[in-house]
Amino acid sequence: MSTQTARATVWKSIVVDAPIERAFSVFTEDMTSWWPPEHHIIEAELAEMVFEPRAGGDVYDRGVDGSECRWGRVLAYDPPHRVVFSWHINPHWRLETDPDRTSEVEVRFTAEGPDRTRVELEHRHLERHGEGWSAMRDAVDSPDGWGLTLRRLAERL
Amino acid sequence: MAYHNGALAALADPTRRTIFERVAERPRAVGELARELPVSRPAVSQHLRVLKEARLVVDRSAGSRRIYTLDPAGVAALRSYLDRFWGDALAAYQAALAEHEQEVP
Repeated sequence: MSTQTARATVWKSIVVDAPIERAFSVFTEDMTSWWPPEHHIIEAELAEMVFEPRAGGDVYDRGVDGSECRWGRVLAYDPPHRVVFSWHINPHWRLETDPDRTSEVEVRFTAEGPDRTRVELEHRHLERHGEGWSAMRDAVDSPDGWGLTLRRLAERL
Repeated sequence: MAYHNGALAALADPTRRTIFERVAERPRAVGELARELPVSRPAVSQHLRVLKEARLVVDRSAGSRRIYTLDPAGVAALRSYLDRFWGDALAAYQAALAEHEQEVP
């Protein structure tokens, strides 16, 4: 069971050269500045990413044409220490409309000094994406996707 | 590739797709699926065999029953993908903060 959970969770930990407050605010309020541009799920050209700073708020992409794509829900908002949001993006990098098939991202911020912060990210419950796994294999298999290397890696795990 | 086409073909059948979705919710035994769905037990077994050949589900025995769960290779692929995504995203976040610090001393 624990192996199953481990396989369905991604952990990341980095240290950034910034005070905890700034590390937290750039992560949440200023997502647009760092989010990989090829990973937006909105169809229109991106105007900004919005992270509504409260539990129950939405996380969304806003297009220059005013369109919106709400791809996350804030589950916990505890500045500057912790934030949890749901992940409504399916393995095809499209919006997942079934709430039972969404995963969860928790980010914890720990001050390691006045200008140094540890940021730990956990993306969990990936198993909830359910049938998306087969779609994932599609992406993994496609010649212009992650390709065979990743599939081989996946099969070795 | 052949393996993959097998997975897609396996899910093309609506009943099989339903069975797959039930197994995705939580591990299930054959009898449990047969009770929940308007399909006979042998038919459920047959569908599960196809899903297993397509490497979408795996089974293990629990006493006299066989319990079916999703094939962990699928979630491992998703995990690898997101692991790489978050690696790139957090590196960009780290770089954005470094720039920030230079602008706002």
